[in-house]
Amino acid sequence: MSAPTVPAVPSVWRLLPAGSYAGRARMMMVRSATASRRTWPAFVSGFFEPVFYLLAMGTGLGSLVGDLPGPDGQPISYAAFIAPGLLAASAMNGAVFDSTYNVFFKLHYARLYDSMLATPLGPVDVALGEIGWALLRGGLYATAFLSVMAGFGLIASPWALLALPAALSVAFAFAAVGMAATSFMRSWQDFDLVTLAVLPMFLFSTTFYPLSVYPRWLQVVVECLPLYHAVELMRGLTTGVVGLGLLGHLGYFVVMVVVGVVVASRRLETLLLR
Amino acid sequence: MVIAARPVGVSGYGLVVSDALVQARGLRKSFGAFEAVRGIDVDVAPGEVFGFLGPNGAGKSSTMRMIACVSPRSAGTLSVLGMDPGSDGPRIRARIGVVPQLDNLDAELSVRENLEIYGRYFGLPRRHVREKATELLEFAQLTERAGDTVEELSGGMKRRLTIARSLVNDPELLLLDEPTTGLDPQARHLLWDRLYRLKREGVTQIVTTHYMDEAEQLCDRLVVMDGGVIAAEGAPAELIGRYSTREVLELRFDPEHRPSAAALERHADRVEELPDRFLLYTSDGERTQGDVVGAGFVPLSSLVRRSSLEDVFLRLTGRTLVD
Repeated sequence: MSAPTVPAVPSVWRLLPAGSYAGRARMMMVRSATASRRTWPAFVSGFFEPVFYLLAMGTGLGSLVGDLPGPDGQPISYAAFIAPGLLAASAMNGAVFDSTYNVFFKLHYARLYDSMLATPLGPVDVALGEIGWALLRGGLYATAFLSVMAGFGLIASPWALLALPAALSVAFAFAAVGMAATSFMRSWQDFDLVTLAVLPMFLFSTTFYPLSVYPRWLQVVVECLPLYHAVELMRGLTTGVVGLGLLGHLGYFVVMVVVGVVVASRRLETLLLR
Repeated sequence: MVIAARPVGVSGYGLVVSDALVQARGLRKSFGAFEAVRGIDVDVAPGEVFGFLGPNGAGKSSTMRMIACVSPRSAGTLSVLGMDPGSDGPRIRARIGVVPQLDNLDAELSVRENLEIYGRYFGLPRRHVREKATELLEFAQLTERAGDTVEELSGGMKRRLTIARSLVNDPELLLLDEPTTGLDPQARHLLWDRLYRLKREGVTQIVTTHYMDEAEQLCDRLVVMDGGVIAAEGAPAELIGRYSTREVLELRFDPEHRPSAAALERHADRVEELPDRFLLYTSDGERTQGDVVGAGFVPLSSLVRRSSLEDVFLRLTGRTLVD
């Protein structure tokens, strides 16, 4: 008699509940892509937001500000300074919107995930599928925005090509954490907290001016924010000031991804498999 | 040599082996201090339509969710298609179809896409689901509406689409939770017809309902559930024979001149007093009616009907099913 064989489980999945992953997260993304054919205006509007900011602040405000010191201290134009910041912020905004409002609606109103769990799909498929879609969408926006930057002559280095995978990492991290946070929310009022977290981050994470304008204690606070690391990462790449420090910024997002995916999957399990 | 050291039919894993598609022993489900299902035994044979009948809160939906592998059991054993929902959830779900109590169709997709995308969740190839969707649209009489969004459908159409969706993986076992609640009579009859066709094709079905006529129409065998336990089990006709008389005489009286139940009791096998009427259980309703009138009672209206599962439920629990 042979003992029942247990398939080898990669160690990271052991953090997740058994039988919760069918390996079909891609099908969730097929679903989102099909659905988005009908909602393309909302899809397209996500591209214009950072472009409007770039035009308004970069050219408008930029004509008053002049040049600012870049990552290596060399002066760069104000538009070239804020463009990577806007790139990082749009990656964050898109991912947060998809993984909070949209997920909350599908979870509690459309009961979409309930219908999916009646199939072989498990909570991990749902979490990865939704996060993956937010990621894909973020990637498309980032590509479009990078093209706009190139058109305006705001890209100073071929390293900027790496800004695309960097934007994907940022979107992945924010989508994972956003979905985890959403799983704890009870009503739409809780979403004020999302705005409360996202808006100050957008304004103060060196998106629009360098860290040096703050007193030291505030600098430390800003340095802890995820968007700060995203902005610094992008700015390093688009201006071509590349060093090992950029890997440190990337590490921040790896931690966010792992924590986010594990928490989101576990919480979905408790919410959906009662 | 004697081998049968343990009870016949019980495997070493503690699961009872049988031909049953679904088998539960001492199955329980609690939510905190509240116990929704309090130890039930169920066997569902291949090819039959099995019903869970009971009022809201009887534990029907909790039982269905456990069978559908979306709710871990609190105690007892449960086997579905010979597997344990606790460890084989995805493999079981791949072979069953689920019609939930509330339609949860995908409002962002069209009618046809709802079927195709759902099929993809089962890992079915694109071309296969396309053909399957065409077939199921026909089955659900929704071919004309294939391109519409779900919002544009009527309640009955949505329900039919939900049932069609549950068939996309050619399930061996179909779970229907209150399939016709909230539908008008015409829509209900159309649905019953579709479920009957599936039965003829050999699809095993488990249905929950709080409608007596639905249970009588659809179910080969059913259990009456109340307060998380099984109150009775059998075929509809068998239950009526066991717990009720052949006929029932319903009498309504002017509230001013309403007699006591005790006064009517000698004219029937049994009398139930409801807020608006008396039910007299008897083998011959016409004769009992004559007896009652002959004894000087003057009902406002009287009606003789055949016994139904409603009467069985009333007898077993002392309450009517739908208040």
